[in-house]
Amino acid sequence: MKEPELEIVHLSKMFTSADGSSITALKDINLRVENGKFVSMIGPSGCGKTTLLRIIAGLEDSSEGKVLLDGEEINEPGHHVGLVFQEYALFPWRTVLENVEFGLEIKGISKKERRERALQYIITIGLEGFEDKYPKELSSGMKQRVGIARTLINKPKVLLMDEPFGSLDDQTRNNLQTHLLRIWAEAKKTILFVTHNIDEAIFLGQTIICLSPRPGTARKILKVDLNYPRDRTDLEFNRYRKELQDFFRTEMEWSVG
Amino acid sequence: MKKLKIILPFLILLVWQVLSFKKVLPSYKIPSPLEIIDALKTLIIVGLPSGYRLHGHALESLLRVGYGFVMATGLGVPLGIFMGWSKNFRQLITPLIEVVRPIPPLAWIPIAIIWLGIGIKSASFIIFLGAFFPILLNTVAGVLSVDPILIEASKTLGAKDKHILLKVLFPGAMPNIFTGLRIGMGIGWMTLVAAEFTGVKSGYGLGYLIMIARDVQRPDEIVAGMIVIGLIGYFLDGIFRLYEARVLKWR
Repeated sequence: MKEPELEIVHLSKMFTSADGSSITALKDINLRVENGKFVSMIGPSGCGKTTLLRIIAGLEDSSEGKVLLDGEEINEPGHHVGLVFQEYALFPWRTVLENVEFGLEIKGISKKERRERALQYIITIGLEGFEDKYPKELSSGMKQRVGIARTLINKPKVLLMDEPFGSLDDQTRNNLQTHLLRIWAEAKKTILFVTHNIDEAIFLGQTIICLSPRPGTARKILKVDLNYPRDRTDLEFNRYRKELQDFFRTEMEWSVG
Repeated sequence: MKKLKIILPFLILLVWQVLSFKKVLPSYKIPSPLEIIDALKTLIIVGLPSGYRLHGHALESLLRVGYGFVMATGLGVPLGIFMGWSKNFRQLITPLIEVVRPIPPLAWIPIAIIWLGIGIKSASFIIFLGAFFPILLNTVAGVLSVDPILIEASKTLGAKDKHILLKVLFPGAMPNIFTGLRIGMGIGWMTLVAAEFTGVKSGYGLGYLIMIARDVQRPDEIVAGMIVIGLIGYFLDGIFRLYEARVLKWR
């Protein structure tokens, strides 16, 4: 039997607070994400979803349990697991092109080849003509497109996205969601997409994992049986929306609308 | 306002000239602008001592500052990046630096002469000391100002330590490094004259020129030498600012 691409086994994370007491941020998370799946992960602030992504990306250690990629444990960050940040995290001193080709530069690929490949990705994200602009000259939506291209060019096995569209206006957000689905359909990547927006979680994910806080645990896993592209005004879509809202209302005070 | 900015220096020179002419400012203490221009001409054509002309003095001084500055940059920037990167190293070395830093470069002159003799080596060493600390400390501050999220982003893109140092921390610290270079160059240039007062035996150098002018009691040539030092310093800073605007256009 083929290993599932991404597997999280009995993962827990404890922090020591300033007064010396121990806080459990994540408790016994178990997940299996199959090859090429789009998984939304939703939960209110404080549920540890960012911490979970950081552990999967290898930026933080877990206290217990492990993360496996194709059966191998992830202990440090690397190009197999890509992470797209909410704050974009573009290098401000690099142009769009130079940001996108960063990963190839690290791998020591020749200037000519990485230019060509980066340009392809810039076309894919629809930023042709902007390759020589610096991040400060771009709108928020454009910045996040660059952030996505910069990660995709490394051909990661898994793409982690930490509320990537969280600070965009609705129109830009909807645009980028559609765009992301197109990229996913072409690249067939495994995507783990963290959001606190119910609508976004349903629009994107084949599966939705609901986290509840203090300590962060995976409380509910929901399959979304809707064909792409999905229609937000669809009756079925609304049924999922209600199910999630009811869930979070009973689970906790749901602060985000 | 812009007109005033251009007119003001001329106005000051005019008042100065008139006061000199009326003997309010005695020329044996403060020479008049016209006398200074004459002295400047003499320094350019004849030189002081005779034959040692102004451009020779300026070039020799620039060379000394150049050596000291290049050494200070070559040592200060890499050390600063390393200090910014490694907290342990920074904590280890900071007390040492904070004790050596307040020692004025001029206090080093006697020991510099014992170590390196009188000449360009000791003069450049004094300038190096003046330029080194601002370059070092600004580089450290620059590295510390780099948003940690950029380091994490680079790691998830496959960067290892050497890439983080060269491709994230160094370019990220560049704005502060430039500030350090400009301050370092300014202080180095200011230290020059003192270094040349004591650390030079050959007949060239702007500080040396001023010292000779004092020995032969020529206040006009002293002030002319001072003005040349000021102008070159201004010019050097201008070059840095131009270069800075080009390199840091991403800001």
